Amino acid sequence: MASTIHVDIVSAEGEIFSGPAEMVFVPASQGELGIAPRHAPLLTLIKAGEVRVKTAEGEQSIFVGGGALEVQPKKVTILADTAVRAKDLDEAAALAAKQRAEEALAGKIDKIEQAEALAELARAAAQLRLIERLRKGLKH
Amino acid sequence: MPGTKEIRTKISSVKSTQKITKAMQMVATSKMRRAQDRMRLARPYADKIRNVIGHLNEANPDYRHPFLVTREPKSIGVILISTDRGLAGGLNANLFKQTLYLLRDWQQKGAKVSLCTIGSKGLTFFRRLGLPIVANVSGLGDRPHVKDLIGSVKVMLDAYRDGKIDRLFLVNAQFINTMTQKPSVEQLLPVEAIDTDDLQSHWDYIYEPDAAEILDGLLMRYIESQVYRGAVENVASEMAARMVAMKAASDNAGKLIGELQLVYNKARQAAITKELAEIVGGAAAV
Repeated sequence: MASTIHVDIVSAEGEIFSGPAEMVFVPASQGELGIAPRHAPLLTLIKAGEVRVKTAEGEQSIFVGGGALEVQPKKVTILADTAVRAKDLDEAAALAAKQRAEEALAGKIDKIEQAEALAELARAAAQLRLIERLRKGLKH
Repeated sequence: MPGTKEIRTKISSVKSTQKITKAMQMVATSKMRRAQDRMRLARPYADKIRNVIGHLNEANPDYRHPFLVTREPKSIGVILISTDRGLAGGLNANLFKQTLYLLRDWQQKGAKVSLCTIGSKGLTFFRRLGLPIVANVSGLGDRPHVKDLIGSVKVMLDAYRDGKIDRLFLVNAQFINTMTQKPSVEQLLPVEAIDTDDLQSHWDYIYEPDAAEILDGLLMRYIESQVYRGAVENVASEMAARMVAMKAASDNAGKLIGELQLVYNKARQAAITKELAEIVGGAAAV
């Protein structure tokens, strides 16, 4: 039997793969890497792309959005991103978050506040109706 | 029979409210289970990343990433995770109280504060107080995703890098069990000492491209995973709190129905007695 190395692929939202493999191919930031058992300890960032895990049963392909790769003498850990990461994409997301805060502070009414205001209005209307009814009752 | 009809309508309206609260309770129960599962799933990633960072730190004692250096606290940032919807008992109120304590503590020490809110309840509350909110994301739903959080977290990380804030805290509801959720305050930045107990042997890695860049990427992801875990935990707490609140509401509705039923029966009997008395009285007069 060919020697194997333990591979863990995890993302923040859950485990993706865990088990022994004969070889792993990873899209590292400096180019594609093939990790065979007894590879030297290595730490690198990975790009969005396909991770291929070659096991005894065959090859499995997993898409990752980026992340980090850690190789230890006996195991390989891939910390996968669930989203595709790129500097400008992150920048855009940050800008959007800032903008949302600014809009909220500038007083643009969001849906929940609108719902609260409507509920308030309904309560006031009900009170008015009650008062009116009471007044009518007094007159009679 | 005046009076009895009103009571009957009241009973049926309370009954329909009870149906709604019961349904909400059941929905919250199943959503809570799923959120708990997701909490469990998020753990291995955070543990592994922590290990790698610990190892990196050990192997490169001369390089200090800004996220690991403690600075004089002149201003602080807080990431507050709250819910989007209400009807969850005192969950949000407790969370806001805790946040206010934290903010007041630091303000007394002369530090400036800025907030990043995740969830619209927190946004509405702290906006009314006029505190500076620098980033916001809401409407994450019952299944928060890391990609929705990246932007807001980045705003705070950039502020830290630029020296606009010297501490970063995460406030969210901690899920202890179904009955108990308590607000938790956790320091995200600077990253507190990472223990490296489970390092059996010491080796150094080959770094590609270099240690600094990798450490930067890892620390950023570590913080994001912490915030993600906070968001998922907050969802679990929200659902648990809502479940308990809705159970109490259903029980109260049941009690109210019981009482109204008694009043109704009394009113009905009184009406019958009165009618009988009238008939008897009428017959006697003839």
